[in-house]
Amino acid sequence: MRPFKFSSANDPRNAVQTVSANQTAKFLAGGTNILDLMKEDVERPTEIVDVSRLNLTQIKAANGGLSLGALAKNTDTANHPLVRQNYPLLSQAILAGASQQIRNMASNGGNLLQRTRCSYFYDVAMPCNKREPGTGCGALEGINRMHAIFGWSEKCVAVYPSDMSIALAALDAVVKVQGADGVERSIMFTDFHRLPENNPEKDTNLNHGDLITAIELPKNNFAGKSYYLKVRDRASYAFALLSVAAALEMDGGKIKQARIAMGGVAHKPWRAANAEKMLIGKEATEANFKLAAEAEMKNARPLEHNKFKVELGNRGIVRALQMAMNGGAV
Amino acid sequence: MAEEFDEFNEAELTADEAALLQDLLPELSDLGEARRKFLGQAATLGLGAFALNLLAQEQVFAALETPEGAMFAPIAEENAVTVKLKINGAEKAVTLDSRVTLLDALRERLNLTGSKKGCDHGQCGACTVIVDGRRVLSCLTLTAQCEGKSVTTIEGLASGDKLHPMQTAFIKHDGFQCGYCTPGQICSAVALLNEAKNGEASYVSTNLRTNAKSLKLSDDEIRERMSGNICRCGAYPNIVAAIREVHSGKESAQSWSFYTPDSELTASANENQEDEKNATV
Repeated sequence: MRPFKFSSANDPRNAVQTVSANQTAKFLAGGTNILDLMKEDVERPTEIVDVSRLNLTQIKAANGGLSLGALAKNTDTANHPLVRQNYPLLSQAILAGASQQIRNMASNGGNLLQRTRCSYFYDVAMPCNKREPGTGCGALEGINRMHAIFGWSEKCVAVYPSDMSIALAALDAVVKVQGADGVERSIMFTDFHRLPENNPEKDTNLNHGDLITAIELPKNNFAGKSYYLKVRDRASYAFALLSVAAALEMDGGKIKQARIAMGGVAHKPWRAANAEKMLIGKEATEANFKLAAEAEMKNARPLEHNKFKVELGNRGIVRALQMAMNGGAV
Repeated sequence: MAEEFDEFNEAELTADEAALLQDLLPELSDLGEARRKFLGQAATLGLGAFALNLLAQEQVFAALETPEGAMFAPIAEENAVTVKLKINGAEKAVTLDSRVTLLDALRERLNLTGSKKGCDHGQCGACTVIVDGRRVLSCLTLTAQCEGKSVTTIEGLASGDKLHPMQTAFIKHDGFQCGYCTPGQICSAVALLNEAKNGEASYVSTNLRTNAKSLKLSDDEIRERMSGNICRCGAYPNIVAAIREVHSGKESAQSWSFYTPDSELTASANENQEDEKNATV
């Protein structure tokens, strides 16, 4: 790990100013991702500002929905009575990620800012446009079993790793951000992360020095019918090959609203808008779920080693919708 | 040749470097005339940045004391931070490089080598310790972040000679083979007991929308909740048995015993009986 100056912030404004003033400074919250990347020499900050002591840990009812402090721990968020009661999809997605030790450390804001686990990104001996723009993509024609099937570019085929964010995308969350100008602004969750296009080094639409202060969840009627399905190489403590966050609101026998977001398939949480559209006003039958899944998955562009993800996506969407209809993890 | 040396001698320090050198040289009085002279010469011989970096490190080094019980004296430290924290109930203060993880501070500076370095990347759980009541990975925690925190390691679980019930259960149920992952497994398991008491959910929990306390965990729940601790010897069934016993409070039979000549006689007697039974059938 390279040397860095360490300071602990006691005020969000000071933290933002310190990091904004130094292009190679970084915030540190839970540290579960950035410290690992610093050990691997992928991240090389010259200055670390510890924000974990900032008073941004509250989880409280707000605007009919819920506000999650950016520095609340993942464990505390997943287990908060209001989250478990009204947003069980979010609890389930958080609990699907990492291990208890890591969830105890990880903050909500930090979870959103996780970087890809693409092995070419991690290996500094390999080319990677995300780590070192202009060096090429090792995964495009390399071992790309774990990689994207939607929205990738010739520059980058990496996938975004967070489980929590897949549920937040399905729930239409809003990210509250404080910038260098001291003004707080709101970013729709689906606009928060980026597709790689020509700039895979940019994971999100944040500016350098922007600090996430909270994540807001609007009120919804999905709590009784939602499910987070995660498919991985082992039963626990592994990143998703593919995951599906599904939520349904019924009106009698018909689907009134459907939300489907997928993980492990793109550079950002992938909202399956085509599948959602297909379900509105339909009955919640397996046949309709299959049609919805096909409407989404027919646009997939798999790579050499991840063609299995297309069929996995078809079946995953159907299974997640069925589990949601059965009351999910209630 | 002579001309080349002249060029080196004329290498100039920047104003900043010269000022820093002035500041640092008196601080190094303990280091010996020869070493100071060498560093000073190195600075003027066009190696300015390198020498000044060394001098800065020497300065921090000189300010540090070797902690009691440490096997190695700290080498030069950059960006030193001083952290006061509680370890296994005792107040400690350490001054160290900002990069030092809690795991390295415990093992290399505080003489607590129970916490193990397995992968050092947050993938194995061997370094698990309990900070402010929560199990965390000490390899992904900077010591600098631990100001005022309370850390419990495997060394802090027993009270005197009396083992923690989880330690006793791991021995009783043979919850390890090589033992390298065991301190992390036990710290993890001890924290798990509290999480269950508080009603915390896991990915395999089926009652997310209702908040019950004092959960009774199934074996599947125990396995999911322990998935952050890898055991390459594969002692998992015995680890689950140990945790199940302490968590449920129901004693189960020990499945092994130490070898004694008597136990061999008993075993062969049982075998003979079995053989006779089989013969008569």
